[in-house]
Amino acid sequence: MATQQTQLLARTLLTPAVALLFIWMIVPLALTIYFATLHYNLLDPGSETFVGLENFRYFLTDPAFLASLQNTLVLVGSVLAITILLGVPLALLLDQQVVGLSIVRLMVIAPFFVMPTVSALVWKNLLMHPVSGLFAWIAHLFGLPAIDWFNDAPLFSVILIVAWQWLPFATLILLTALQSLDEEQKEAAEMDGASAVSTFIYITLPHLARPITVVILIETIFLLTVFAEIFVTTGGGPGLQTTNIAFLIYSQALIQYDVGSASAGGLVAVVLANIVAFFLVRIVGRNLEA
Amino acid sequence: MGQITLQGVQKSFGPVHIIKGADLDIADGSFVVFVGPSGCGKTTLLRLIAGLEDVTGGAILIDGRNVVDVPPAKRGLSMVFQSYALYPHMSVRGNIAFGLKMAGIAKDEINRKVEAAAATLNLTPYLDRKPRELSGGQRQRVAIGRAIVREPKAFLFDEPLSNLDAALRVQMRLEVTRLQKQLATTAIYVTHDQVEAMTMADKIVVLNAGKIEQYGSPLELYEKPANLFVAGFIGSPKMNFVTGEPAKQQGAATVGVRPEHLKVERNGQGGWPGTVSVAEHLGSDTFLYVDAGPLGMLTARYVGELGLSPGDKVSLIPDPARIHRFDDSGKSIHA
Amino acid sequence: MARMVTTQRKVISTVAAWLVGFLIFFPILWMVLASFKTELEAFAIPPSFLFFHWTTENYVTVQERSDYFHHALNSIIIAGGSTLIAMLIAIPAAWSMAFSPTKRTKDILLWMLSTKMMPPVGVMVPIYLIYRNFGLLDTRTGLVLILCLGNLPIVVWMLFTYFKEIPKDILEAARMDGATIGRELVYVLTPMAVPGLASTMLLNLILAWNEAFWTLNLSTLEAAPLTVFIASYSSPEGLFWAKLSAASTLAIAPILVLGWFSQRQLVRGLTFGAVK
Repeated sequence: MATQQTQLLARTLLTPAVALLFIWMIVPLALTIYFATLHYNLLDPGSETFVGLENFRYFLTDPAFLASLQNTLVLVGSVLAITILLGVPLALLLDQQVVGLSIVRLMVIAPFFVMPTVSALVWKNLLMHPVSGLFAWIAHLFGLPAIDWFNDAPLFSVILIVAWQWLPFATLILLTALQSLDEEQKEAAEMDGASAVSTFIYITLPHLARPITVVILIETIFLLTVFAEIFVTTGGGPGLQTTNIAFLIYSQALIQYDVGSASAGGLVAVVLANIVAFFLVRIVGRNLEA
Repeated sequence: MGQITLQGVQKSFGPVHIIKGADLDIADGSFVVFVGPSGCGKTTLLRLIAGLEDVTGGAILIDGRNVVDVPPAKRGLSMVFQSYALYPHMSVRGNIAFGLKMAGIAKDEINRKVEAAAATLNLTPYLDRKPRELSGGQRQRVAIGRAIVREPKAFLFDEPLSNLDAALRVQMRLEVTRLQKQLATTAIYVTHDQVEAMTMADKIVVLNAGKIEQYGSPLELYEKPANLFVAGFIGSPKMNFVTGEPAKQQGAATVGVRPEHLKVERNGQGGWPGTVSVAEHLGSDTFLYVDAGPLGMLTARYVGELGLSPGDKVSLIPDPARIHRFDDSGKSIHA
Repeated sequence: MARMVTTQRKVISTVAAWLVGFLIFFPILWMVLASFKTELEAFAIPPSFLFFHWTTENYVTVQERSDYFHHALNSIIIAGGSTLIAMLIAIPAAWSMAFSPTKRTKDILLWMLSTKMMPPVGVMVPIYLIYRNFGLLDTRTGLVLILCLGNLPIVVWMLFTYFKEIPKDILEAARMDGATIGRELVYVLTPMAVPGLASTMLLNLILAWNEAFWTLNLSTLEAAPLTVFIASYSSPEGLFWAKLSAASTLAIAPILVLGWFSQRQLVRGLTFGAVK
């Protein structure tokens, strides 16, 4: 019968995508696990030996790991805080009647489409340069000393750049959610005598709870592995001050050629991301039912 | 020709039996309405006939040929969907022509047929518009045009008027009926609106919980409902049901009287006494909702204006010739 | 009902919105301005905002350095190629899941989503070694492959949500009208899906164009796209600001335009339909 035929066809069409993604997931992951148990240095080929969990012990007790873990958490936490705390009011503002809203929207969303290496370099040089940057000049106008951003507050500088890139994403999602809020609900609250503030607290904010969760989860997944912005601005330094886990793994693998402990680090990153992904997949899955 | 016969048609989705064995004979050229509450299986039954769902058991005969294994397109039926299901990227012309194009009919013949259908439906000025540029009623017409242009053995309508506003619905109701009579093509029409069923149908199929409760002409259903369900479903306002002593006197478990068959007497004696709780004055009619004590709330309809207000005492006297009697199992008792 | 808003309130929100919008956009604007300055002016303090000697010299210089176009071409091939291949694999998959769902469809979709959640650093080492052993390092093929796989889940999801929105009624109407599955695809489904296909492609072009983990780690020169080319400006400081700005402007301009067109789809694509 026609329906059975359709189903067979459907299976066949689905297979390539599933097979490719399965290989893409399982092969590198299995290899990472395998390498993580080896002493394996690219400068010393042929000397691979099984070392069990030694690499994990080494990676996890390395002071660089703790420093980079801390940097990663500070980076993720700060960018999340900035993008949401600014994103909510910004989305509320763009939800108002604004003349030329479409142009404002374009300006607000633009940073998201700038490639990370470009935004990092533009901020580093044109804006944050301690002598010729625009910020130094503005500080000078107010009679303040110029800040040497990448020496005095390197991690904060990176945070600033990354937050600038992700603020549009948070704003756009929150704005989309706001626009789906039933206008009549707000009017009903108004008829019930709610002030603008209580309407915001009791109607708007609960409505935004879900999109905010989604923003947090998705940004976290991307922010855990911020790389290019660090790569082109500070190279992880000074010292380890801007080294996050992604950058640490990169430097262990491709600068120190220590494949074993880089793999162990990679698995740590996978575990961290999975904790976040677990919740995200749950939310998306629930949405799929509806 | 378009004679459709259902023989023991069954449909289950997993363990859920949607249609529990339907037998039906639909004569060529007749207008049959499937009516019933939501979830009764009327749309499923229509989709089984269309071939959009596979039957679990039984046979569907179109002009004597069993079509259960025939794909929808080959059954020679056409369907008007509740959502209209117009192709949004095609013009009105493209929408109406699509079925003919799929059948490989020559271009100039398609054009001729499309233009004829458009003329019948007053769509000629809109032929080159896209569906989104049309009003609800016009879209409805396009959906009908798409159905008639193929000169099918039968039209299948799935609640086609439910998305229209009340005034337009009445107008389209008339147009669909007139068109069907003019084309003399069999039509099966699904609706949950018993007024639509009564006004449009040659014959009505009342469905409830996957079973055919009664099959007959609108007046048969009105005058001789087979059971409590049909009696309660057909007619507006609903039939009054009374149990207890008054029913026993008639030798029945339940008796039913339609609101229009209750005579209203002010402060009257005899009959069923009660107090007016709400009076609706429509000018042409007066609907009274009467609290009749142990008999419950009764509805009475009076043709014309009756100056009663809430709180007034009335007596409701059933027309003895128009009392419907039902036994314990809800079946009608015929004298 | 849209509410009446007092003029005063409208003026305030308009001014505030434009101000904030301008602030957020400013770094990009500043970069574009710098690209039209001479190197000296780009570096000068106090900076000049509009009244400088406008010049297109930097663009000419960037153009003369043929390696800019080499990298731009790499970007086009890598972003375009990976998007096209991903679409070819994803369209049948999404079609099948949207129109012939089974009990496992939901699980498959969520599993695909979870592969996207895997951080690239987690698998960087084996990918790097595999690429080295198969001679894929610094090749366009290698980058096309990895970006295609990386974005495949997003492509499948976006297409799935678009296909899902095509009313089943319409496909059934086509079937009643006598269309076979093939004709249904050609005459009804594809024309209705074109906007969805287009925005999915657009968003993935953008993601692939801006991807800056794999491109930085797996390519150095031959296959290096613009992300890597721009990164090469990070070491020498100062003197190249205007040229950096010109190269950057060229690198982001096309994608910014595409991005502006696809901003609405962004929400749906990157949140996997969790926000509507």
